[in-house]
Amino acid sequence: MAASDTTMAAADRASTRERAADYLLRRHRFRAAEALPWLFAIAVFFVFPDRMTFGSQVLVMVMFALSLDLILGYAGIVTLGHAAFFGVGAYTVGLLAARLQWTEPISGLFAAAIVAAIVGFITGWFLLRYRGLTLLMLTLATAIMLQETGNLRSDISGGYDGLPGLTFKPLLGIFDYDLYGHTYYLYALAVLAVVFYFVRRIVYSPFGQALTGIRENVRRMHAIGSPVHWRLVTVYTIAAAIAGVAGALFTQTNAYVTLTVFDFDNSAKVMVMLILGGTGRLYGAFVGATVYMVLEDYFSKLSPTFWQFGIGLVLVLAVLFARRGVLGLFESMGQYIAERKKS
Amino acid sequence: MPHFAIIAVSILFDGLAYAMFLFITSVGLSVTMGLMGFVNLAHGAFAMAGGYVVVTLTRNLGVGFVPSLAIAAVVVGAVSIVFERGLYRRLYKSTDLEQVLLTIGLAFMAIATATYFYGPIPKSVPLPEWLQGDVNLGFRYFPSYRAFLIVLGAVLITVLWYGFERTNIGAKIRAAVDNRRMAESVGINVDRLFTLTFAVGSGLAALGGGLAIQLLGLSPSFAVLYLVLFLIVVAVGGLGSLKGTLLAALVLGVFDTAGKYLLADAGGFFVYAVTVAVLLIKPAGFYGRE
Amino acid sequence: MRIIGWLGLAALAFTVGGTAQAETVKVGVVLPFSGANADLGHQIDKAFDLYVKLHAKDIAPNTVEIIKRDEGPPTGAVAKTVATELITNDKVQILTGFVFSPSAIALAPVVTQAKVPMVIANAGTAWITNLSPYIARLSFSMWHHGYPMGAYAFKSIGCKTAALAYTDFPPGKDSTEAFKTGFEKAGGKVTESIPMGSPVQVPDFTPFFQKIKDAKPDCMYVFIPSGAHAAGVMKTYGELGMRKAGVKLIGPMDLIPDNKLQDMGDAAIGTVVMGNYAVDLNNAENKAFNAEWHKAYGKDSYPDFMSAAGWDTMHAIFDAIKKLNGKVDDGAKVIDAMKGWTANGPRGKVTIDAATRDIVQDENAMEVIRKPDGKLGVKVLGTTKAVKDECKELKVGRCGS
Repeated sequence: MAASDTTMAAADRASTRERAADYLLRRHRFRAAEALPWLFAIAVFFVFPDRMTFGSQVLVMVMFALSLDLILGYAGIVTLGHAAFFGVGAYTVGLLAARLQWTEPISGLFAAAIVAAIVGFITGWFLLRYRGLTLLMLTLATAIMLQETGNLRSDISGGYDGLPGLTFKPLLGIFDYDLYGHTYYLYALAVLAVVFYFVRRIVYSPFGQALTGIRENVRRMHAIGSPVHWRLVTVYTIAAAIAGVAGALFTQTNAYVTLTVFDFDNSAKVMVMLILGGTGRLYGAFVGATVYMVLEDYFSKLSPTFWQFGIGLVLVLAVLFARRGVLGLFESMGQYIAERKKS
Repeated sequence: MPHFAIIAVSILFDGLAYAMFLFITSVGLSVTMGLMGFVNLAHGAFAMAGGYVVVTLTRNLGVGFVPSLAIAAVVVGAVSIVFERGLYRRLYKSTDLEQVLLTIGLAFMAIATATYFYGPIPKSVPLPEWLQGDVNLGFRYFPSYRAFLIVLGAVLITVLWYGFERTNIGAKIRAAVDNRRMAESVGINVDRLFTLTFAVGSGLAALGGGLAIQLLGLSPSFAVLYLVLFLIVVAVGGLGSLKGTLLAALVLGVFDTAGKYLLADAGGFFVYAVTVAVLLIKPAGFYGRE
Repeated sequence: MRIIGWLGLAALAFTVGGTAQAETVKVGVVLPFSGANADLGHQIDKAFDLYVKLHAKDIAPNTVEIIKRDEGPPTGAVAKTVATELITNDKVQILTGFVFSPSAIALAPVVTQAKVPMVIANAGTAWITNLSPYIARLSFSMWHHGYPMGAYAFKSIGCKTAALAYTDFPPGKDSTEAFKTGFEKAGGKVTESIPMGSPVQVPDFTPFFQKIKDAKPDCMYVFIPSGAHAAGVMKTYGELGMRKAGVKLIGPMDLIPDNKLQDMGDAAIGTVVMGNYAVDLNNAENKAFNAEWHKAYGKDSYPDFMSAAGWDTMHAIFDAIKKLNGKVDDGAKVIDAMKGWTANGPRGKVTIDAATRDIVQDENAMEVIRKPDGKLGVKVLGTTKAVKDECKELKVGRCGS
């Protein structure tokens, strides 16, 4: 009796483990729908060839929002200083090009990632003990203090007039910068795809599951012996590196960078984009950044003076009718239709 | 008086005036965000609305400056009830992120609306004679308007302290904030109480906005321009504590002034350095609940 | 990719090159219509609109189509994106506006590559015109006011010593450096140089001014962006009783923008600025300009130095269109048409220096007074004719390259 109980329990455990493994695998597997944003991005390239300068800026913001999703959506770290890493990455390639004539773009991305990761690791180690408003203010102050440091040493940073006329070597030694921004759009898209694959791997790894655990219930994670602080610092460092890459792309696509990359506006805007798209769902960054920037572009052409009214209205309506972001709205609609079908 | 003493006293007075300015402009946020726990990034928008009410009253209707301030506080407080009932209330139980989205959206709409009605050129406000001169302190002159801010700040603190700590309604608000369910179960109408608290917070924001015109000028972007500063004051003071907001304003005001006076090259750093220092040592701010 | 690029260019050639007589010239206007500096953008935009409305007949049968875009915040990036797309997507042939220097700096390589002229109506960092042969500037460089003010302050205002106080961003640094260069050359001594925080900080200048007051220099040269900060300077200066203490307030004309002067009160009286424009400048073009302005925008609306530059900017563009009879596809020709261009505008006689493509204009020392009608105004104390950008003449720093 007792023996069969144990076997039963063991079998139960085994099947639970199997089901868990199966569940994770299923989540991990690429779904057909996931191809949509990428096909969309490629289609845009052919449909709007004259709008690729704007397109590259959207891709940069998507990557920036994606890095924020990793810490905000998955690990539950709310920050208002994410622009610090974007700025550090932006200035890394800027300074390398302007002061050391290191103008190869792809190695520049790696350099930016490394420097931003170092800054992310150091600040994260200090700051991630805090939560809530305290963390918001500490991260915000970090970004602004970096900006002030840059302004104190305008001889190096170029101050608010920035580092002008940066030129980068042709990509892979072949593709050069063009007025229409075609090269840099495809370049940004390729970099985004690589970064996205990496983020996706992280999110669906056991490490990613642990992060979600921390977001949902820190105490329980502490109780089961999970090294919470180190996990948070690790993901914060990774997110910083990705934000750094986004910043580096920003400098490369603009061939210019000023201290305004550290602005509070930049941190706040990327957060608004992400929430608008939906946090903790990978593609929220795509949808949020794209919707926000396209609307901003559309409204500001409609009325260069009053366009903020339109953006504001969209945000308010999103909160009222699409609580979990645009993607959340789609999800709810999907569920609703599924239930209608069932009944 | 020896030179360094004059400098010290100057810093103290100017710092105190700046501190009171910080307190007056942030105290409304301390009420809506600190007490009610709502991430109210539209605080600056209510302040801006108050400022424009003051401008309209003084410039177009010939009302005096001080009565205009009172009217602006009441009008904006009353109008804010519509927003509280219509929008804010739906999000009391939502996450911070949704509150951020809503209030940023409102702030954007406020900017465009103000531009539509008042245009983008900064407005100023006519002050009565008695607020334009200076007060003689013996060793230097001190602007009357700043003296007025100090006095008004003191009055405001007393009134708020009395209101929240010594009146029945203040006790109810504190009870509702501490434990909403318990407060409801002893028969407190929390809904109505929150509406009232929100109106008070918005009215205070409007008062701050009206008083800030003289120092900052008033343009539509006021709604977001100084938001970071107000957030810092509230965070350093600690959520839910008016006493903390006052102390934070004093510390930040005096340190900032001293920094600008003594070390102008690094002047921009001081506010943030003090903020980081305080929050690293006391994460919940001076008087915040851990 | 290349192919698409060529297709785009072919399309461009097809749309703008095909017609014969009356041309429609597409002009892209990039100004900050929203945000903290929206009032600056609107001051220029109003002048643009006014000029186009009153002078459309000058370029008949050709016409202009104005496409307006928001310059956004002074990051460079937003302006670069919208302006690049004005070229690639909207096919504009001339770009103008640009309040912020970073916008012009970011865009310089783009206009060089696209061969589209960029006619700057404000951005004042001195070396911008060196960045591309397709840039012309109708406003000023920070050196236009700062440098002559140095000598004038020493010789005519009686400043033997001066303290500098400036907003800690490039225009502030440029303006004070220009003043310092001129002032020291004349024999003056700078006692102190105080950065007063970034343009987005709370404009509370009390501690800085108090410090200067304690140091008792003869004069205080202040640069601040001409928005809400200008009013803040006057208030603090008045509140601290600095004039009574013997510290004169001097600076570039950004201290007393015409559309904010009336709000500044008695504290402003006695301030001496160096600048290229004031509504009180006594010339026929300015009187006509002011009359038209009030007719269009009401009696309480005033043009300021930005509007005056905006007016001359559109004037130069129109004259280039007229000269080329609407055939402005070749950006190099447009810029060539502007080189050496000269006209009488609200600021007096202005010329585009053929060598630098920067403006040459008269600089006036102006004192704020209470006019007989009770309003505040300025009295011209002296005029220096045909002032060039001394930064480029003296080859200071980046201006030399």
